[in-house]
Amino acid sequence: MTLLDVQDLSVMFTQRGREDVRAVDGVSFDVSAGEVVGLVGESGCGKSVTSLALMGLLPEKGVKVSGRADFDGTNLLGVDQRTMRDLRGRELGMIFQDPLSSLNPVVAIGKQVTEVLARHRGLSGDAAAKEAEHLLDRVGIPDPRRRLKEYPHQLSGGMRQRALIAMAVACRPRLLIADEPTTALDVTIQAQILELLKELVHQDGTALIMITHDLGVVAGLCDRINVLYAGRVVESAARRPLFAEPTHPYTRGLLGSIPRLDSVRGEPLNPIPGSVRDLLPWVEGCAFAPRCERVIEACVEAPPALIGGSHQYRCVNPVLGRSAGPEHLLEQE
Amino acid sequence: MSEGLPRENQQASTAERSGGMALTQLGKRKIEKLERLAELSAINAGERGESLWREAFKRVRHNPAAIVGAVILAIFVLVAVIGPFFVPYSPKDTRWIDQVSVARNIIPGPSADHWLGLDHNGRDVFSRMVVGAQKTLLVGIVATAIGLFFGCLLGGLSGAAYGLGGKAGRRLDNVLMRFVDMLLAMPALLLAVSIVAILRPSLVTVMIAVGVVAVPTFARLLRGSMIAQSNAEYVVASTSLGVSRPRIAFGHMLPNSLAPVIVQATLTLATAIIEAAGLSFLGLGTPDPSEPEWGTMLNDALQTFEYAPRLALFPAVGIIITALGFTLLGEALREALDPKLRK
Ligand SMILES: Nc1ncnc2c1ncn2[C@@H]1O[C@H](COP(=O)(O)OP(=O)(O)O)[C@@H](O)[C@H]1O
Ligand SMILES: [Mg+2]
Repeated sequence: MTLLDVQDLSVMFTQRGREDVRAVDGVSFDVSAGEVVGLVGESGCGKSVTSLALMGLLPEKGVKVSGRADFDGTNLLGVDQRTMRDLRGRELGMIFQDPLSSLNPVVAIGKQVTEVLARHRGLSGDAAAKEAEHLLDRVGIPDPRRRLKEYPHQLSGGMRQRALIAMAVACRPRLLIADEPTTALDVTIQAQILELLKELVHQDGTALIMITHDLGVVAGLCDRINVLYAGRVVESAARRPLFAEPTHPYTRGLLGSIPRLDSVRGEPLNPIPGSVRDLLPWVEGCAFAPRCERVIEACVEAPPALIGGSHQYRCVNPVLGRSAGPEHLLEQE
Repeated sequence: MSEGLPRENQQASTAERSGGMALTQLGKRKIEKLERLAELSAINAGERGESLWREAFKRVRHNPAAIVGAVILAIFVLVAVIGPFFVPYSPKDTRWIDQVSVARNIIPGPSADHWLGLDHNGRDVFSRMVVGAQKTLLVGIVATAIGLFFGCLLGGLSGAAYGLGGKAGRRLDNVLMRFVDMLLAMPALLLAVSIVAILRPSLVTVMIAVGVVAVPTFARLLRGSMIAQSNAEYVVASTSLGVSRPRIAFGHMLPNSLAPVIVQATLTLATAIIEAAGLSFLGLGTPDPSEPEWGTMLNDALQTFEYAPRLALFPAVGIIITALGFTLLGEALREALDPKLRK
């Protein structure tokens, strides 16, 4: 059953004296309860803006949001801030990229956790403290009673992210959005945090939107993956077909830039040439065309449409057939 | 996700800064300095927390100016707090008036009995200086506290409204800040004198006047600090948890905004002491001329300045040294907190 149905979400930043920036451009996807959906793309492609828009965290001034995001019958983009404040933390949770700056440096961890419990579950005093301790324990923080009294700078990066996850899941939200939750962490910690998220959403049946620039991160976690480029979905498929038959050249490029364990040593990785800044406006053609190896005349004549059934792609010259590539990533499961 | 974080608050405040009402040059310069100080609370948000103060303290300890300031203040506070219990004579005792002859320009100077000599009314100057120190400290602290309280009230409300309150918040902030700008643009002494003129001259009036003068400084500072904090990522994170806006403003942003305010309070103590002495000197302080108050003593000394200039020297040096102590310490604290000024 669909829990969140995002239809044609667009976000435009308008600032006087500057050109409008269309950060998100007609993005559609849906998430069901218990499902993990990935939003993948290079930095700057609109992932964070998408998540902030869904959470109602974009500023009112200078931002135009359009489209729908039906969450269990409520259009998240249409409700007032008061309703949003009730939903946030209780029905919707979010985990941010940088755990250190997402925690208040001068407030003890315990207070930051109990605050959420007080707000949405009416807990206070001993009951709140006990529940906070239980929450920290649940996200795998050892010696939670002591940790509650500590300040963010006294915790390691991984512990901080665990504490933030504890706050986000404190009220068992039905939808969790994780915006690059492991990017700021050491590689060894990354796997642990992913494992924790997997476990939590599995236990609670939470829907999870997993945002990352690293396809390796979503490989073992996501049921469905949406690849974003310059604010639009360029490929959308279930995990297996996406890794087995990446169709959009951009997706291929992303997969090609993941290091392989069995690759010949010294063999260079294949990063995508150019940068996100070399792009064509979507209205003129495919935004990826300037960087694409398979570019043909048709690419720059009209904006390509998203085509296909359960495996969708936005490309006029797609790569069809199985990839010789990184199916090994799936084995991480 | 810093790249996606809207920075509109900062831009808006710059735009508003350049517009706004016409301010005197002096007011503008004051505001600029305050804004720099306000920004400090947002800098290095990463390593903030207890460790920030500990680090700043370490830096302060290695700064000779800060040590001089701290030593001066320690002595001053010690004298002001316990000195009055140990003074040899009552500061109002005119017992030795017969040794003084103003008509013949005779005022006995320092001696074994009277370490700093007598004044024109035959009172012991040493005792008056010590008890005066207590009054000076009291006036300075109470005045600064008044400024802090109302300034933080105005600034905290404005900053919270601007940072989190949307359109209505900006309007409220605008109203409050125009009022604060008016106060800020007025020359401090003029403002203080007007207040004393409205109320009756007394030591309490001096405290109120000097306190009101400090209000806009603290208001501007805390507002700027709060607005800088409203862009912090932990504010977005708290919002994403559904924490209420008043709670975010006063439970989260406020504690993070206080460092510059504390620095400014130290500096304000210096100006408060000078301003309070100035008002007393102008006769706008306590109506009781026998009250041992450094500003009043300075005024008294004018009558006998030609043959006993030392009577002016003592309170003047007292005021200067004390103000210097607070300034040295305050500036050192500011430097310690400002990464741009380090090294
Ligand atoms: N406040 C803003 N004003 C103008 N442009 C913005 C703003 N926030 C984000 N953008 C633009 O939106 C695009 C998407 O940003 P973001 O969603 O943060 O990317 P990412 O996928 O790395 O999370 C970027 O090109 C960025 O420049
Ligand atoms: Mg991002």
